Amino acid sequence: MSEAISALGGARFEGYVTVEEVGPVGMITLRGALGSPTLAKAVESVMGVEVPASRRIETAGTKSVAWMSPDELLLVLPYAEVTATQAALTAALGKDHALAVDVSDARAVFRIKGDKAREVLAKLCPVDLSPAVFHAGEVRRTRAAQVAAALWLSGGDEFTLVCFRSVAGYVMGLLRASAAPGGEVGLF
Amino acid sequence: MSTRLSKGGRLIDRASAQEFSFNGKRLRGFKGDTLAAALLANDQVMVGRSFKYHRPRGIVASGAEEPNALVNLGKGGRFEPNQRTTTTELFDGASFTSQNHWPSLEFDIGVLNNYAARMLPGGFYYKTFMYPRAAWKHLFEPIVRQSAGLGQVPKDPDADRYEYVYAFTDILIVGGGIAGLQAALTAASSGARVMLIEQTPHWGGRAPVDGVSIDGKPAAEWIKIAVEALENMGNVTLRLRCMGAGVYDHGYVLADEKVADHTPGDGRPKHRLWRIRAARVVTTTGAIERPLSFAGNDIPGVMLAAAVRDYVVNYAVSPGDRTVVVTNNDDAYRTAIALVEVGLSVPLVIDARPTATGALPEKARAMGIRVETGRAIAKVKGSRRVTGVAICQQAGEGTVIEEISCDTVAMSGGWSPVVHLWSHCGGKLIWDAAQAHFRPDATRPPTGADGQGFVIAGGAANGALQAEATLFDAANAGKNAAQGLGRTAKSDLSTASAEAEQPMAPIWVMPQGASVQLRSKMWLDFQNDVKVSDVQLAAREGYTSVEHTKRYTTLGMATDQGKLSNINGLAVLADALNAEIPQVGTTTFRPPYTPVTLGALAGEARGEIFQPLRRTPIHEWHEANRVEWEPVGLWRRPYTFKRSGETTEQAVHREVVNTRTNVGLLDASTLGKLLVKGPDAGKFLDMLYTGVMSTLPVGKCRYGLMCNENGFLSDDGVVARISEDSWLCHTTSGGADRIHAWMEDWLQCEWWDWKVYTANLTEQYAQVAVVGPNARKVLEKLGGMDVSKETLPFMQWADGILGGFPVRVYRISFSGELSYEIAVPAGLGRAFWDACIAAGAEFGMMPYGTEALHIMRAEKGFIMIGDETDGTIIPQDLGLGWAISKKKADFLGKRGQERVHMTDPERWKLVGLETLDGSVIPDGAIAVAPGVNANGQRNTEGRVTSTYYSPTLKRGIAMGLVRRGPERMGETVEFPKIGGGSVTARIVDAVFFDKDGEKANV
Amino acid sequence: MLTLECPYCGVKAEETELSPGYEAHLKRFGAGSSDDDYEAYMFARKNPKGVHFERWRHVYGCGKWFLAARDTATLEVFGTYPAQSKAPPEDLIARIKAKRPEWEGYK
Repeated sequence: MSEAISALGGARFEGYVTVEEVGPVGMITLRGALGSPTLAKAVESVMGVEVPASRRIETAGTKSVAWMSPDELLLVLPYAEVTATQAALTAALGKDHALAVDVSDARAVFRIKGDKAREVLAKLCPVDLSPAVFHAGEVRRTRAAQVAAALWLSGGDEFTLVCFRSVAGYVMGLLRASAAPGGEVGLF
Repeated sequence: MSTRLSKGGRLIDRASAQEFSFNGKRLRGFKGDTLAAALLANDQVMVGRSFKYHRPRGIVASGAEEPNALVNLGKGGRFEPNQRTTTTELFDGASFTSQNHWPSLEFDIGVLNNYAARMLPGGFYYKTFMYPRAAWKHLFEPIVRQSAGLGQVPKDPDADRYEYVYAFTDILIVGGGIAGLQAALTAASSGARVMLIEQTPHWGGRAPVDGVSIDGKPAAEWIKIAVEALENMGNVTLRLRCMGAGVYDHGYVLADEKVADHTPGDGRPKHRLWRIRAARVVTTTGAIERPLSFAGNDIPGVMLAAAVRDYVVNYAVSPGDRTVVVTNNDDAYRTAIALVEVGLSVPLVIDARPTATGALPEKARAMGIRVETGRAIAKVKGSRRVTGVAICQQAGEGTVIEEISCDTVAMSGGWSPVVHLWSHCGGKLIWDAAQAHFRPDATRPPTGADGQGFVIAGGAANGALQAEATLFDAANAGKNAAQGLGRTAKSDLSTASAEAEQPMAPIWVMPQGASVQLRSKMWLDFQNDVKVSDVQLAAREGYTSVEHTKRYTTLGMATDQGKLSNINGLAVLADALNAEIPQVGTTTFRPPYTPVTLGALAGEARGEIFQPLRRTPIHEWHEANRVEWEPVGLWRRPYTFKRSGETTEQAVHREVVNTRTNVGLLDASTLGKLLVKGPDAGKFLDMLYTGVMSTLPVGKCRYGLMCNENGFLSDDGVVARISEDSWLCHTTSGGADRIHAWMEDWLQCEWWDWKVYTANLTEQYAQVAVVGPNARKVLEKLGGMDVSKETLPFMQWADGILGGFPVRVYRISFSGELSYEIAVPAGLGRAFWDACIAAGAEFGMMPYGTEALHIMRAEKGFIMIGDETDGTIIPQDLGLGWAISKKKADFLGKRGQERVHMTDPERWKLVGLETLDGSVIPDGAIAVAPGVNANGQRNTEGRVTSTYYSPTLKRGIAMGLVRRGPERMGETVEFPKIGGGSVTARIVDAVFFDKDGEKANV
Repeated sequence: MLTLECPYCGVKAEETELSPGYEAHLKRFGAGSSDDDYEAYMFARKNPKGVHFERWRHVYGCGKWFLAARDTATLEVFGTYPAQSKAPPEDLIARIKAKRPEWEGYK
């Protein structure tokens, strides 16, 4: 069998920040009662982190759990571990009314890295990304120009941005335009 | 003549000469010049023609209020019309031309209008062009089209790029004069986040030109210190060349930053549109000087007094050798003083006030400048350039006392605060009689989301015109802004001083008793040629509302949007109506403050990223295989794959025939795939669909219809029962997001106690349809699972492995052929497609596109959402009653379908249409019935919804909605064609091909 | 351009992150209901100048529908609350009444 490929096959752009589409990333959408002890235990057992608070992301090693909505989490993990994790999760959820589904292939993931990464995203997203307001550990679902996106700080000066797979080319185009040399704003 | 002075010029760099061309002439300026300053330095006073009369027009102002000096700037992809020379920075190599004249600026045929001016009064446009009717098309319209517009329309695509940036701040301060700087210092001292924007390339506004001193220092020094202090604060953002364009609801502000206008082609974005959200907005936007209305006030060489001294002090440009100053206030004396200080001649200051004894008039007199009070200009002499003025008593009718030769007239009618940003979002104004202007009424500000006022005016923009008051008021504005956010600003404040000024006197017409001959030469709107006499005529003709007068006369409708003409026009109208100015009121201030180019408003959205393009995982294969695309929503789907030598139609027909004969391959990835799971999922789907989904056995598929609450068909697709508590709902390609939102709406807002979760898995899977008599052979060749009729019959699905790929195979058919739709994870989609192509080669496999799909479904009489439906069609109209449950108590749309009109037997219903001559009925054709309706139009009895040439049946086939259609089998209906003639079709069953479904049942 | 705080995730979302859903607190009338009830449900809208209750979805965010009370003339927002509400919360009604004494109530 062939290896799964990501939407843009790891495309990269060196502008005044670095933009990279990262290869296949494992993702599971988990919908359920986030306050349920069974769900909390299930998440902790497969991901090694607690259920995050509203708009937060919890990370342990290669795995993160992001709060998406009052009844939805996004589990981010290595692509190869999705099938096993989903099965374990479903088993651990038992009879809880919940939905755990693989969405790895439905998404594209970008890393935007550099000391001006915040302003590159501030050209696309109607979000206050100033260092005083937007901190590590926060997930923000918003729009990047005309498409839905979720973003968080995944390192000191590195953002991770997730969008739908079909618009990966569009989002790469946006990021190229935003990060094109000469476009420095000096906002933050 | 106007020329460059040998010394001075605080904004220019004499070491840095800049070459430019104007109307083909090569000229020189300096770095720091505006185009207007550089033109004046080269004795180019006349720079354009007015709109209506094509009168010569010169530079009037030195800023955003300039009505005349607009030029076509640049070439090719960087060509822009209507660039305001007074705000555009000069750059080396700049090339620009004047506008609105033919054949040349100096000799303009259009000036004939000027001599016919008496026949082109206010409201001319509404009084002419009426009769004879035929003349409009052949005479008037061509003339209007020829003369409409000012600059030329750019012909080439814009070579530059643009971008947005979203910014958030506690306090946004618009206008970086000394008021803005003071407001920023005060506001920032509270710890609030502050953003200060200024439209020009310089901080400090006009204080340095006006000789203001602050804290005992010259203004320029204080400005430098203030800017440095602000730059060193972590909570302050400063932006030059950034024009506050508009203030909108809830503290939203648009600002246009001209990043690279002055450095074209340097790789930076040309403009950056700031989309700012501010808790408080402080407008320190200054004030604009008003012209005076006297005969000939539009002749090149007549300028605003403050502009004259701006050119002298800022750019070392002398607008003329001999300048007569005419004023109703003290401030204009600064111009006389500045001119004499650089050695230029001021033969006379004409002051319309009875006396002038303030510090500035006395200083002027002490310098030997002749001052005459109680006087007025009877008439300016000259045509393309001022040659002199005739002087009279202000109180009289214009009897000339004396004539003085001069080449420049510096006029000042007082100052109006720039209240635009205050007013955009509903801030109200009050009339300040002492200063004869409207200023913000602090008790009636625009209010925000919390119901509190969110705009605060400060400094001259608030009517505090004199330097000391300006700074004090601006500091207060900054303090109040911070206070409104629960913060405390420090109150240490700078003190400004300048010569004290005595009250101005409102002078609206000069002289007071001017005859109609004089009034018809007094311009209010220089660009649109609206004169005092036009406004008075409008009043006489009954236009009492200022908004109506504006539109009737075009006063204030030029590119400066009345920045100069507004108050003078109002005053003239008020006088004509015998009303007070505040009763007449102002016209509405609308954004943007000065024009914002469309490129900036579009931002990054152009070219490849104009809008999102959705690509399936197989998109690149299509692109490499001669695809013709069809847009479906934001997706691109293959319409057909052309082979060399084929027309599009031939390609489509080949694909149909091959799929019916051998096997076809379709990229169906765009189909919506919505997972619905939970104990109440069955109950939920029974409400959502017209049919019953809860009884569907696991492993099976069922076709379903969804309606809105009006009962109208909104989407369709096949539902598969995945497990005891989960269903996968296929939607149309265009419907996936809409139907997912529809599901969530009902689950969140109506049935929130039902235990159901949904997930949109549309993009998780690539979906590939293998369709045709050889389909099973292809799958068997791929190998890995049993796809036999027995194991996987029609309308069932199974998980398994095919060719090593993890798949879910649905046996469903939209073509009437043996068909498998196979879902694989999107990341494997392309590889699976390639494997299918390889496996299918020996079985005659060819990919096909949406047009072949459409033809095949039409041959089978299958409906298509958007073709057979248009938002007014219920399933019953389409003969889909079999898919509507009679047993269910309720479902979405059921009540709507119970309405009398929906059960009317006269409704148009779906039938097949077979042309008698085998031809194809034109798309969208209407069936006509005998007789005419009340409007004398032919009666109609139906319309075509899908019409194709069927390569299978080798004839035209169609579906259509026809009155009582199913009851009229065998009857004929007539479809007139565009261009004459008609085509007759017989009403038949909509299933044209394989009526018994034998082909799929194998 | 409005900003509304999503009561689910606390984001102060701007209008471009939201999608509108028209009047709130409509009662659904389904199959078998009277013509008058159906008409009221489908077509009779208040469209007031002043206090109004609306549905909004945080579509470019947590995806949740919520309800908002605002003044259609001044655009003042009195509050937002979850869509799973049969009626506006008491404290919100009290707040609106304090600010708009002439308001006749949401019914």
